[in-house]
Amino acid sequence: MPDPSFVFAQSLSGLTAAMFLFLIASGLSLIFGVLRVLNFAHGTFYMLGAYSAYQIVQWLGAGPGMFWVAVLGAALGIAVLGGIVERFLFRHLYGQEELYQLLFTYALVLVLSDAAKIIWGTQQKSVSRPPGLTGSVSLWGATIPYYNLFILLLGPAIALGFWFVLQRTRAGRFIRAAALDRETLGALGVNVNALYTGVFVLASFLGGLGGALVTPVRTIVPGMDTEIIVEAFVVVVIGGLGSFWGTFLGSLIYGQVLSFGILFFPRFSIFSVFALMAAVLIIRPWGLLGRPLK
Amino acid sequence: MLAAAFFVPALGSRFYTFLANDVAIWALFATSLNLLVGYTGLVSFGHAAYFGIGAYTTGILMKQLGVPFLLAFPAAGLLAGALALVFGFFCVRLTRIYFAMLTLAFAQIVWAICFKWNEVTGGEQGMPEIPYPNFEWIDGVAAWLPFVGGYRASEYFYFLSLVLVGLCMWSLHRIVRSPFGRMLETIRENAERAEFIGVNVRLWELAAFALAGVFAGLAGGLFGIFNRGVFPDFAYWTKSSEVLIMTLLGGMGIFYGPTIGALALIVLNHQITSYTEYWSLILGSILILLLFVFPGGIGGAVAALWRRLQTRVHHA
Repeated sequence: MPDPSFVFAQSLSGLTAAMFLFLIASGLSLIFGVLRVLNFAHGTFYMLGAYSAYQIVQWLGAGPGMFWVAVLGAALGIAVLGGIVERFLFRHLYGQEELYQLLFTYALVLVLSDAAKIIWGTQQKSVSRPPGLTGSVSLWGATIPYYNLFILLLGPAIALGFWFVLQRTRAGRFIRAAALDRETLGALGVNVNALYTGVFVLASFLGGLGGALVTPVRTIVPGMDTEIIVEAFVVVVIGGLGSFWGTFLGSLIYGQVLSFGILFFPRFSIFSVFALMAAVLIIRPWGLLGRPLK
Repeated sequence: MLAAAFFVPALGSRFYTFLANDVAIWALFATSLNLLVGYTGLVSFGHAAYFGIGAYTTGILMKQLGVPFLLAFPAAGLLAGALALVFGFFCVRLTRIYFAMLTLAFAQIVWAICFKWNEVTGGEQGMPEIPYPNFEWIDGVAAWLPFVGGYRASEYFYFLSLVLVGLCMWSLHRIVRSPFGRMLETIRENAERAEFIGVNVRLWELAAFALAGVFAGLAGGLFGIFNRGVFPDFAYWTKSSEVLIMTLLGGMGIFYGPTIGALALIVLNHQITSYTEYWSLILGSILILLLFVFPGGIGGAVAALWRRLQTRVHHA
């Protein structure tokens, strides 16, 4: 029986991974909930967010506060990219079959990931932690980097903020309504087109933010987009396609399964998350907190 | 067209033979997927699983157990089909996006097993150096059939692939033209209505799923040898998306659509990668262009053009 502090450390690393994944998966879930399409390109927005943050740090230098400028700048940049993609390209595909919409998002992955290779090359890049969050703290025998602690607090904070927007604001009500019945919403005079663009922009912001925030923790490499998008799929499936808290729960479960899987069954850790995804789809397809699609 | 393909090695270039062999195998793979996507209306994101299983089956049997190709090849199809039957049982209970996600999950499970089960599959490194089938008996035949002898092993394998792919495509063609195929199309058009008239939709879909798996496995078995090695990425989701793109690019409404897609994609790939490494960028741009201009894929556009020409001729 491994000692408790080790278990605690593993659990925390699982939680940290979960929070990063939650940022990306929440955007994916939002797009699916409202626009009814699985955005393959979401992982690529995450990757572009990471590269952009790296680039901004290169331009501005590593002075105090520059990391946060880079993160925010990257997230906003990706949000703008998402808006442009939706407004000028994706919007014209709404009437078409879902398969063609999916194919479009995949074509985006191809184009954008190569664009990233052209701009930044194929070598690994990384960003150092912001001054002020370097170092670590010792908690119950486990050493936790301050940056990870920050992410562990930021994740739920964003989740709560998100929940607040969805439940308590007018825009949030429109988003929820569009997820339930877009036609009626349009008939009621709401500008559904603008709403869709807004949702896409918001989701892209979250994806880019996730990518930018992960840069001190993971190296930026080509291929991080295809890797993360599959993980995000697993999360939203487990939690429930289109369900917000489901995505949060799915991320937590994913993080714990992966980190303890590596501990107890190192060879089967990858296998276990996909087996979990399959199990959920077989037993309860709409996920733990989702509702059956019409 | 198949007969013409036999003369490719006569062109003398190993590259053309290689290219044609690649196209033939992927054409089979894509057509097997089309049985699901185009004819039954089931979009699978995990078809590469069966391709991978077929490749590993043939690879393991031939390389590690010394089983002759004559047995290893059908074994690939059988094992892939069996697994398709098992996975498919769970998948066909779901619809649309859930179906797609479960096919993806199963494919990733297959990939994860291939990636990690070092003893059997070689793990991350895969299994290089799969032997060619034994072609020595051909020298015996060449004694009394003059133009059969004198080719390299890779060319013999190419002829073999053509024959096998041709047989498989013929079988698939018979399948889709049969009442079974008609039933699949009925289900594609309106599964609910099919249920109402008493069709056990799930059973038919399962049959289509298993058959598609069998042919994908056969394609995989061929590819493992062609590629001179079997690797885990044969089952990774990006492989599934490649074959799906071929099917859609060529046109899923036509039997030879996926073949055209495979031809177009592989030829384009080889041409473009000789000039630039940014193949994905070009492919993605082409796809986006096609999506906005030709929703039916190349095959669909050609078919539509053909129909337009025909009506013009009739009116004239």
